[in-house]
Amino acid sequence: MSAAPKRDQYDVVIIGAGPAGLAATADAAGAGLSTLLLDENAGPGGQVWRAINSTPVKEEALLGTDYWSGAEIAKAARDSGAEIIHRATVWSLDRNLEIGVSVGGGSAFIKARRVIIATGAQERPFPIPGWTLPGVMTAGAAQTMLKSSGLVPDCPTVIAGQGPLLWLLAAQILRLGGRIDRVLDTTPRANYMAALPHAFGFVTSPYFMKGLAMMREVRAKVPVTGGVTELAAAGNGKLDAVSYVTAGGKRETLSAELLLLHQGVVPNVNLAMAAGVEHRWNELQLCWTPVLDALGNSSIPGIAIAGDGAGIGGAQAAVWRGRAAAGSAIKASRSNAKVSDVSAQLRRAERGRAFLDTLFQPAKQFRIPQGDTIVCRCEEITAKDVLDSVAIGATGPNQLKAYRRTGMGPCQGRLCGLTVTELMAEARGKSPQEIGYYRLRAPVKPIMLSELANLPKTEEATKAVVRG
Amino acid sequence: MFKRADGDSRRSVTIHVEGQAVAAREGDTVSAALLASGLDVRRATAVSGARRLPYCMMGVCFDCLVTIDGVGNRQGCLVPVAEGMQIEIQKGKREIGK
Repeated sequence: MSAAPKRDQYDVVIIGAGPAGLAATADAAGAGLSTLLLDENAGPGGQVWRAINSTPVKEEALLGTDYWSGAEIAKAARDSGAEIIHRATVWSLDRNLEIGVSVGGGSAFIKARRVIIATGAQERPFPIPGWTLPGVMTAGAAQTMLKSSGLVPDCPTVIAGQGPLLWLLAAQILRLGGRIDRVLDTTPRANYMAALPHAFGFVTSPYFMKGLAMMREVRAKVPVTGGVTELAAAGNGKLDAVSYVTAGGKRETLSAELLLLHQGVVPNVNLAMAAGVEHRWNELQLCWTPVLDALGNSSIPGIAIAGDGAGIGGAQAAVWRGRAAAGSAIKASRSNAKVSDVSAQLRRAERGRAFLDTLFQPAKQFRIPQGDTIVCRCEEITAKDVLDSVAIGATGPNQLKAYRRTGMGPCQGRLCGLTVTELMAEARGKSPQEIGYYRLRAPVKPIMLSELANLPKTEEATKAVVRG
Repeated sequence: MFKRADGDSRRSVTIHVEGQAVAAREGDTVSAALLASGLDVRRATAVSGARRLPYCMMGVCFDCLVTIDGVGNRQGCLVPVAEGMQIEIQKGKREIGK
């Protein structure tokens, strides 16, 4: 079990040990700043380099060179002199840069002179009929199991959705001897034309050749149905079948025990929003992204955001954003320190992103569900429930909490927030920016009440509430 | 639903699921070990009692909630297995005192 932080104050605290957090940690601690890296998982890597030190899948070609490139950065962070705590859940961050963190069942508050939020991305909600059935998971979930435990599907399996991760996962499952019966590609046909003006940036990016090779690898082994316009999961207590509508308008059904869904990733906004960092609706990526300067500094002095939490840019861009944020922290701490300018590398890593964002922008029917389709998985609230609440006066996500408790379950809106914003925006004829998002607050992950009760208290704080 | 790929040489770790011994591997999370076990490990939701299995496996969705060593509402996807761990599949809300 990991120990609590050794000190109560650090020059820089970095939250999240993915590409951005590891790179920032290596640079900040390497420059001599007292550096603490906090991460919720059992080991470093985040999602993209998950289980980089412990994966049972050792043969390099199986997970690919992009995965193994993480080993060097993880090592650099480990050797940097930074204090690194895994299985640490950061549940609070405020504008005074005070951090509430839970480690091994106990909580502590620590202070930072700078904070770098590197909490990355999560998969975009994919609210189709039946998406709560056992046997329906995200593609990322399957990839997590594959990387950290070498587990692959061995039952009738359908992969549905769009985006680079979908093809990477399919290729990895096949390489490890797993089963995929069908890939249903939901990329809207119109997106190909819309993405064309951005194609030059993409074909000159490192993603282009790799992406083509991976799609060829999958298509050689699994039937792929393109242009899918509708998707539904069905079953009684567990998934039995996946039905879909083809580009030609034909409805077809496949037997399946496992359906892996994916339509891109979106920033994980909970901690940054709870700290009060200003976010804006991103019309291209269709999600909330923080308002940042070129070095990742947010609207709150001392808080920077690096990696996919700053707006989806991929692992390579995350590394450079982590370096930029660390450089900014080093400069703030030592004004005469020499910090290298990484903006050219960052621009290069971001090349091709506009193409991917346009091509893989998910179709409206897969973002804004209808009727009995569940929107809020925790409170089991449907699209119709949300629209009924709008009809009797709910104006936005925060009013909807009082009407239907959406976003108030344990996931705190992570799996319904974007859907609720877009659904209510459409119903009320407003933009998502106007409709807004849930007002998020600490604790951003559930903790035990006893952890709060056991926090060290000043005599003054005790006197303030004790009677007599 | 899932099988272990060849070449996994990690040490075996025994956990107990509703009293039944299950062989997991060192480095598995509780949720991964449950999904690999082949047992019916569906939880029941607190609201309607609907059956669920993990959805995201990365700490976001809370559909992996499970009782571990007597403590309810744990995110099974974030907790590594340990020898002798006692797992109960959560049916409905967390019980007071658990």
